[in-house]
Amino acid sequence: MKPAPFDYYDPDSLDEVLDLLNQHGDDAKLIAGGQSLGPILNMRLSAPKVLIDLNRVTTLDYQREEKNGLALGSMTRQSTLEDTAHLQVRQPLVATSIPYIGHRAIRNRGTVGGSVAHADPAAEWPALILALDGSLLVRNAGGERVITADDFFVWTLTNALVPEEVLVEIRLPKWPNGAGWSFVEFSRRHGDFAVLGVAIRLSLDNAGRCTDARMVLIGGGPTPIRTRHAETMLDGETISQDLISEVSHQASQEIKPDGDIHASADFRRHLASVLVSSALQQAAERATKNRS
Amino acid sequence: MKKEPNPIRKPSRLVKLTVNGVTYERMVEPRLTLVDFLRGQLRLTGTHVGCEHGVCGACTVLFDRQPIRACIMFAVQANSHDIQTVEGMAQGDELHPIQQSFWENFSVQCGFCTPGFLLTVQDLLARNPDPTEHEIREALSGNICRCTGYQSIIAAVKAASQKLLNPG
Repeated sequence: MKPAPFDYYDPDSLDEVLDLLNQHGDDAKLIAGGQSLGPILNMRLSAPKVLIDLNRVTTLDYQREEKNGLALGSMTRQSTLEDTAHLQVRQPLVATSIPYIGHRAIRNRGTVGGSVAHADPAAEWPALILALDGSLLVRNAGGERVITADDFFVWTLTNALVPEEVLVEIRLPKWPNGAGWSFVEFSRRHGDFAVLGVAIRLSLDNAGRCTDARMVLIGGGPTPIRTRHAETMLDGETISQDLISEVSHQASQEIKPDGDIHASADFRRHLASVLVSSALQQAAERATKNRS
Repeated sequence: MKKEPNPIRKPSRLVKLTVNGVTYERMVEPRLTLVDFLRGQLRLTGTHVGCEHGVCGACTVLFDRQPIRACIMFAVQANSHDIQTVEGMAQGDELHPIQQSFWENFSVQCGFCTPGFLLTVQDLLARNPDPTEHEIREALSGNICRCTGYQSIIAAVKAASQKLLNPG
């Protein structure tokens, strides 16, 4: 099992990357950590004529605390974030989710930008971007634009980038004071792709009423899915067991799961209901604890 | 029908890297994976090729001291980096304490997965010298063993951890 031949470029500046993309357009494929593209190339599911390696573009590997939140260079390794102690305080949902991303050996190579751009509906980062209302800064040789999370994930393994563009930065808004969160995932082996997973961010007011809720399910369709109707049911409500069971049922109706060798569509829907229920419970407990 | 040109390319890139402290220079094809480079070109066959798509962990080596999957990395990407393979663990005839613990705890049956486990454990104990059983299980979850049932491997990691904390 070997990749088909390709021409290989490993520039050390973003400008050179953009030049190469302009020259080769659709014939070129960018490789970041290669933890998804590597297997795809090995199995010859894809045979790009040109491979442009981003690993020497070290200017894309950074974490910046900004006024509005956290900015992550697209070549930030997952293990770098895993080892960042203050992440648990500043972006607790991200910190909780990182250990679910593959295994340590995968996280040592895998990058945030690569995971986002790969747009796998069962992967963690696309769901995090949606749950956290993040946005993506992309560049081409002519300039840059910002794409919102809602517009970025188009279909399975398909994002909103055109061939001449490269994802350079992931922006996550400041974590809302006191918000609760949960990330839960069901997989056959720890670190494997999720059969189904849920990311939740939840804010409660002083009376315990929900003021903001974002819920994203992974493994439930061609993209990560925000369960908007289920979110609306939480608006202004206090979190009770009855509400949790209604909301989790509703969330399970908003996904469009496929059946495959890992799980049937019905089982995925069942998992959605069970996982949303326990995730909501946990997020609400964390939000309550943060208020007191 | 027009045939897509897809010629076998000649080795076109120079790779200079250190493996287990030895510097090597070779010309390679860009699509050559790091694990095939180590085994085929450097004849370091201790690193094994299992699934070839990053799932089984058999090809785990240390890249700048961090474990990575050598089957989903290209040899060209290791240019000017430092690699450690299982051949770098023992000192002559003396096994590394982690290898010794695997030996003593019957953690090797067919041995195919062992090199990947050893390097994964070396990294775990470097970052976390006294791991709990849960931490050990989580750290090993990326390596597949089809013989042992894992229990003896976990016992070996616990033993190695104590051996390294209290040498002699």
